[in-house]
Amino acid sequence: MSRMAATRDGYGQALLDLSGNEKVVVLEADLGKSTKSLHFRKAHPERTISCGIGEQNMLLVGAGMAASGYIPFASTFAIFTERAFEQMRNGIARPNLAVHLCGSHGGTHTGTDGSSAQSIEDLAIFRTLPNVVVMHPCDDVSTRALTMQLPALGKPSYMRTARNKTPVLYDGRENEIQIGKGITLKEGSDVAIVACGVLVSESLKAAEALAEEGINATVVDMHTLKPIDGALIDSIVERCGALVTAEDHNVIGGLGSAVAEHLVANTFAPLEMVGVQDRFGESGQADEMLEVMQISAHYIALAAKKAISRK
Amino acid sequence: MAKSISELEEIARKCRVEIVKMVHRAQAGHPGGSLSEIDLLAGLYATRMRVRPEEPKWSDRDRFILSKGHASPGMYSILAEMGFISHEDLKSYRVLGGVCQGHVDMKWCPGVDFSAGSLGMGLSFGMGCAAAARLDKSERRAFVMIGDGEMQEGSVWEAAMAAAHHELGNLKVILDRNRIQNDDFCEAQMRMFDIPAKWKAFGWNVKEIDGHNMNEIMEGLDFLEAPENCKGPSILIAHTIKGAGISYMENNPSFHGAAPNDEQFHQAMVELGEVEA
Ligand SMILES: Cc1ncc(C[n+]2csc(CCOP(=O)(O)OP(=O)(O)O)c2C)c(N)n1
Ligand SMILES: [Mg+2]
Repeated sequence: MSRMAATRDGYGQALLDLSGNEKVVVLEADLGKSTKSLHFRKAHPERTISCGIGEQNMLLVGAGMAASGYIPFASTFAIFTERAFEQMRNGIARPNLAVHLCGSHGGTHTGTDGSSAQSIEDLAIFRTLPNVVVMHPCDDVSTRALTMQLPALGKPSYMRTARNKTPVLYDGRENEIQIGKGITLKEGSDVAIVACGVLVSESLKAAEALAEEGINATVVDMHTLKPIDGALIDSIVERCGALVTAEDHNVIGGLGSAVAEHLVANTFAPLEMVGVQDRFGESGQADEMLEVMQISAHYIALAAKKAISRK
Repeated sequence: MAKSISELEEIARKCRVEIVKMVHRAQAGHPGGSLSEIDLLAGLYATRMRVRPEEPKWSDRDRFILSKGHASPGMYSILAEMGFISHEDLKSYRVLGGVCQGHVDMKWCPGVDFSAGSLGMGLSFGMGCAAAARLDKSERRAFVMIGDGEMQEGSVWEAAMAAAHHELGNLKVILDRNRIQNDDFCEAQMRMFDIPAKWKAFGWNVKEIDGHNMNEIMEGLDFLEAPENCKGPSILIAHTIKGAGISYMENNPSFHGAAPNDEQFHQAMVELGEVEA
């Protein structure tokens, strides 16, 4: 059994790792215990700004600090980043201020809090903003590595992390993680599964099930949705000729859309999108939600066969 | 059929038992804010709300909006006590397909008139309900419960200003002033200074009470309903204790959103007089 961990813990650890940089500041909106910025707050209260339960204020305080030479890391639940969307758009993305926003507890996998907390549109909306880099890593190691690269990015970013533990895939492989570069976890030539976040490990499970039926799948961890790794998509289209995307997010606007946008403008290949079918969630355990939303390994494998049949 | 103070206190006690059972069963949820609000909910529902549990969608019903919708066990317990849902339904809290969703949801649960979960939304919604009642020339009122941490959301103040501007005398807020939010005490997270003065400055009628004293709760509700306070919006600032009634939860920020373990559960049942020590 591999180690299990939550991506939000990787984020919290990275903030601590980055704290040697005196320009790094942390902004909170009363969810630091949950997003894991609390470790930074405890170590550096003087560089942590509590904005109370006020996400809109938090983002623009970040903008002001970024414009004054600081590197702000702001976090709340993915769903509550959305109420500050216009602040992110006009106050951060438009002037290209390097504020780094992290939305934890994203997706239906967040579980029993129910539909109000299950953000299924965050990746889509932030992807529509010019200048903003959008990420959704799958394990704590890659979350930590990606977060560590943000101070050098020089532009704003949005990263979704997850509440619940998932299998750790990158222990000892930190050096392979790079913003904007998808990672091929498994090579096969029949179909390629491109996934992000909590569905990366589900995709690996799907690939194992497919292998038992003699189908060899490529599995890609597309932790960066924007800019999307077009060169990697081109190469898997060439190798496999059929694609599946898998995400704990609405099929409208997320990873599936990002891959489709690339495909239609480049080499075409059949694509099946596994994701939330434009509906809201409900209270349920994380694993139950993957079944209810039909985004678990079982459904990814079904979609793979369908994609192959469309070749 | 007015209920006596001791009858109301007994309703609140029974609700406390259900609140603790719900979060213990689910091993998740928000006991602290449910226990701080429950005496207020018991007093409000049992003596003031003009509702028909057998006809939850009756158009002239008073609306109750739990804007701090994470404190749903409190609301579910009083809805069960009033007969909107059954006590069996309470077992569906946070369970797949259950009427008792993690946050109160008007699509899922009879008697719930607002789908909550994001703080700072209920007061605007309540203002809409109040404005609609006025257009309908209906006597119905909109009661909105907000949290003190929630009050830090700017949208609360947009609604507060607008409701006073529109002189919505049928809009009534109860503030659960339990001094704790998610991460810590409000004092550490965001000081709010003189809260009554803020609401007065926004043009509201303001009264402060002890939110665990049923006599004061009755006086407070009388204040909200008094004809002279129905010319504009009114707010009851209820001083409460987060986790009230369970010793180890009281004034303890860790029980904002954490469930008791089996041993703590047993202790809670003893403290609530449900079982012998
Ligand atoms: C817009 C928004 N931001 C953050 C949260 C996460 N959250 C849930 S409860 C809570 C604390 C609420 O404190 P308070 O309003 O005082 O409620 P109570 O103490 O009565 O539980 C927070 C920050 C939320 N639900 N909505
Ligand atoms: Mg509070």
